[in-house]
Amino acid sequence: MPGLGTSFGRGGATNSLQDLPNADCILIEGSNFAEAHPVGFRFVMQAKERGSKIIHVDPRYTRTSALADLYVPIRSGTDIAFLGGVINWVLQNERYFREYVCAYTNASHILTDKFQDTEDLDGLFSGLDEPPRVSDSLPSVVMYDRRTWKFEREGNSIKSDPTLQHPRCVFQILKRHFSRYTPEMVESICGAPREKFLEVCRALAENSGRERTTAFAYALGWTQHNTGVQYIRTAAILQLLLGNVGRPGGGIMALRGHANIQGATDIATLYDLLPGYLPMPSALRHEQTLAGYLKNHTKRTGWWVNTPKYVVSLLKAFYGDAATKENDFCFDYLPQISGDHSELPTMFAMKDGAVKGYFVIGQNPASSVQNAELARAAMERLEWMVSIDSFETETASFWNREGVDPSTVGTEVFFIPAATVLEKDGVMVNTNRMLQFHDKALEPQGASKSDAWFLYQLGKKLKALYAGSADAKDRPILNMTWDYEHEDDRERERGEPSVNKIMQEINGYYTATGDQVKGFTELADDGSTAAGGWIYSGVCPDKHTNLARSRTGGSGVSLGWGFAWPANRRLMYNRASADPDGNPWSERKKYIWWDATSGRWTGADVPDFPIEKAPNTPADPNAGGIEAHSGADPFMMQIDGRGALFVNEELQDGPIPVHYEPLASVTPNLLYKQQHNPVLRQWKRRDNPYNGAVNPEYPYVLTTYRITEYSGGMTKHIPWLAELQPAAFCEIDPVLAAEKRIRNGDWATISTAVGEIEVRALVTGRIKLLSIGSGERVHQIGVPYNFGRLGFAHGDTSGDLIPLSMDPNCSIHEAKALTCNIRAGRRPRRDAATDPIDLDVPEKERTSEGKAMLHGTYHDFPHENPTCG
Amino acid sequence: MATGFFTDTTICIGCKACEVACKQWNELPSDGFEFSGDSYDNTGSLSGTTWRHVSFVEQLSPEPAGAEDRWLMMSDVCKHCTHAGCMEACPTGAIIRNEFNNVFVQPDICNGCGYCVVSCPFGVVDLIAKVNEPRHADYNDATLNQEREHTSQTALQGSGGVAAKCTLCYDRQKIGMVPACAKACPTESIQFGEIEELRERASKRVEALQERGLPAYLYGAGNEGSVGDLNAFFLLIDKPEAYNLPAEPVLPSTRQPAGYVSAALTAALLTLLGLAVFKGAK
Repeated sequence: MPGLGTSFGRGGATNSLQDLPNADCILIEGSNFAEAHPVGFRFVMQAKERGSKIIHVDPRYTRTSALADLYVPIRSGTDIAFLGGVINWVLQNERYFREYVCAYTNASHILTDKFQDTEDLDGLFSGLDEPPRVSDSLPSVVMYDRRTWKFEREGNSIKSDPTLQHPRCVFQILKRHFSRYTPEMVESICGAPREKFLEVCRALAENSGRERTTAFAYALGWTQHNTGVQYIRTAAILQLLLGNVGRPGGGIMALRGHANIQGATDIATLYDLLPGYLPMPSALRHEQTLAGYLKNHTKRTGWWVNTPKYVVSLLKAFYGDAATKENDFCFDYLPQISGDHSELPTMFAMKDGAVKGYFVIGQNPASSVQNAELARAAMERLEWMVSIDSFETETASFWNREGVDPSTVGTEVFFIPAATVLEKDGVMVNTNRMLQFHDKALEPQGASKSDAWFLYQLGKKLKALYAGSADAKDRPILNMTWDYEHEDDRERERGEPSVNKIMQEINGYYTATGDQVKGFTELADDGSTAAGGWIYSGVCPDKHTNLARSRTGGSGVSLGWGFAWPANRRLMYNRASADPDGNPWSERKKYIWWDATSGRWTGADVPDFPIEKAPNTPADPNAGGIEAHSGADPFMMQIDGRGALFVNEELQDGPIPVHYEPLASVTPNLLYKQQHNPVLRQWKRRDNPYNGAVNPEYPYVLTTYRITEYSGGMTKHIPWLAELQPAAFCEIDPVLAAEKRIRNGDWATISTAVGEIEVRALVTGRIKLLSIGSGERVHQIGVPYNFGRLGFAHGDTSGDLIPLSMDPNCSIHEAKALTCNIRAGRRPRRDAATDPIDLDVPEKERTSEGKAMLHGTYHDFPHENPTCG
Repeated sequence: MATGFFTDTTICIGCKACEVACKQWNELPSDGFEFSGDSYDNTGSLSGTTWRHVSFVEQLSPEPAGAEDRWLMMSDVCKHCTHAGCMEACPTGAIIRNEFNNVFVQPDICNGCGYCVVSCPFGVVDLIAKVNEPRHADYNDATLNQEREHTSQTALQGSGGVAAKCTLCYDRQKIGMVPACAKACPTESIQFGEIEELRERASKRVEALQERGLPAYLYGAGNEGSVGDLNAFFLLIDKPEAYNLPAEPVLPSTRQPAGYVSAALTAALLTLLGLAVFKGAK
């Protein structure tokens, strides 16, 4: 979530689902809320019952649209143009919340005269003329030199113009930048009827300001693009202009795709993160020592002045007594990344033979990833694979697929049956950033074990194998703290680790006494504390309390239910719910305010602000940390305490969002000469062919999604769910169906340069016939991704249509806006012996061994804001 | 005391959690895996093994502005009629009205005659034949999948020849629990409770929606003719036929007087005719 992270400071949803009923208007875009989050959608329905206006902007008329007050169709991949149009409308018609914008955003900051906008360079920002050299073997990697995307400084202060008139102040730059996103242009690019677009503009403006608030909700419809981060940035800019961030019924709900995806990113399943959004050390930066690392990742001002405390405490949690001040707390034990080791690029390395072994836990890449056949072919080149899941997945049986003779596959596959969620203790972190403990309800069936059991036992076995070694390279394993023996005799005998002990370690403790820390403010950088994930600090404030278990509910904020990071705050940046003087913006939207009598911030939630810092406290730019912020700067994590309309150097592809067409599109970019994101990542190999920018062979827009009947690609093994959507299908409009002679329910074959899939056709008026540009008709085709070879409801997977290309910021793939062709009937049988996707690519096209995986991200610029997630 | 369901279709999101929760609690097997092409409805109708069924009614044009666009969703269920056709027709007394005033089939008494099936004006009751092999066994990994198919068939396997329909989760109600479908509904589109209280709530809801300009009305609360009030009633915004509900459900027994009279007349006529013919033949 670098979009939210760079804009506000933390990469998580700003508000909670339970807060949605407080909204006067809810804009759902890039999300099929009702289908993908049916339980959370109850809060949208509650808002609707209270009279809020519910708007859904989406390429398809879905179950969410059916329940919304207003549905606006849009061409897939054009949300930046749509929201950019709203921003332009808000600015041109003076409908922004001026006091909020002046006080709480960086609108008044002045940029250096070296910065050039897309208005000056026809779709590019300054800094692309001489791309920094990354590697000689990488001609195709283009990246911005972002040093011109900076504010002008006077000593330690940022220059600013509180009147917002300076031509180089962020506000004016923004106004100019979005001026070409007119309602006419929006209609032409997005295909959304102008009247409907204007209705959205008016609804957002009417429901924002002192008295009213609008909430946004998005999900993977915004993230899975090669400009995905900028989609979220556009929403962030709009919400800041409307004054809706940090206020009840406002903010941006990032709806997470899976039950525990928030927890997974918090505790760092991503390759470039350590727990708590601390960046992974990189071999490509000068951070081979703790000092070098801390220099790169500690900020002088804002909350990240505390980085050393969190890193040292993490190392103490990892390596215990072995981590001392003298040995840099074992910092050099940590692996250093040397490129993009994220999941999808690793598939190329695997295909080229650079990866020998593969653990797949609770995931099914053979069915769900982009260019899925490439992933399956890559697995053939492995020596071994361990697949841990509740069902045999397409991944575990990749060797037994169409067009492949299993006897030719040498990979040794270990399939470990996994306990389901009901069969183990654990914690889920939901989309509200809330930790909730769940107890085991049943014993695991058969031989299945919890994932924690597997990892714990693997660690113990590794330690035993290395025991007695004097080799320095074995110290990280030998010195790893690994004592999570279960309190219960029976569980201990079975080898299950204690979830409580793991949580207590994550919470943090004093190394001398073993007592729990009560919150992350107690963590220190001298080795006196240890914490496995600083953002969760406070969840286990003593040995007998686990707030993830607390269940005191009720209406309203319900601070006694579960524990939300950070520090149990439910609505982040809530200082902004009061005006600069500390009074509520209005009685109706009262939430957190300054109580002058007690000299404290008070209200319905835990204040996201130093509790005793008065609103009139002046900023001290020469001081470090949050002393550099005034008592009216609500965004503590930011270096300037302000919400970012303009992001300095943190993002790879621009400080302000720009509408580019997707890599494969049906139209030239109507706004700029630059067709697609100039710095997106592509892999030009013969096993990853692209359709091309505007290719008449692929005249239709293709989008992929999930449906409510399934959770990912796993639940098709459940007969009760499989009967509800029993076959892979596509959704097409009646006009296209008639043209192609495809009858409802018939087979249809969808093709791209990567491959073909056969699915059943669902012909429906829910897929709208859009007209763009000067009246060109656009057909869109939707394909749910949930299907695969196995299960009761089986069929081809949409992953076999999608080539891999990625956003340059956080390696998110493009899966929502693509192009394709379609014809009636079934596809021919696949033959891996001749399919270029399955065959080895020539040496010069290979990207393995980490060579071409050296992407710019880690070359020149440190992560300014370690909030990817 | 009488309990029932109030199903408010205006807040149904079509998630089908009710269908799944019902099947899980009542241990009903899946009905097979056939792609219908009928919007998102692949289970088709209520049956002996599908006691909650969500129908999807698409009223849309592919035009982007589509002001009239609607996608109606409605979770259908046994109506638990005041005058239940199934109960009247049952010759063995297997169908009773239980202590919650719900219409309940006692499987151990039912002899599988099927009279109730044709007597239900809503087409709800169905006979469960012995649970056969799945209709579609052409899975890629046949052995593995068929194995799973067997393990999912429990309660009704091999108990062939009984009438089956929604029990209003009699077993759950007995221990003070809400029926599975209502419990699982994320938006409270399905509400369970004491019927008088539900009717009150529902009429208020109708008023509120009408004020907002929606053509909302209740189906099954006071105007359903010979079947009487329905203990499972619905809030609709289109005519009943749009949801595949009869506009005027008729209890088959109300046709009986006319039936007897016409039968008697026919018999009399035939007798006369026979006499006349035999007389003429002489």
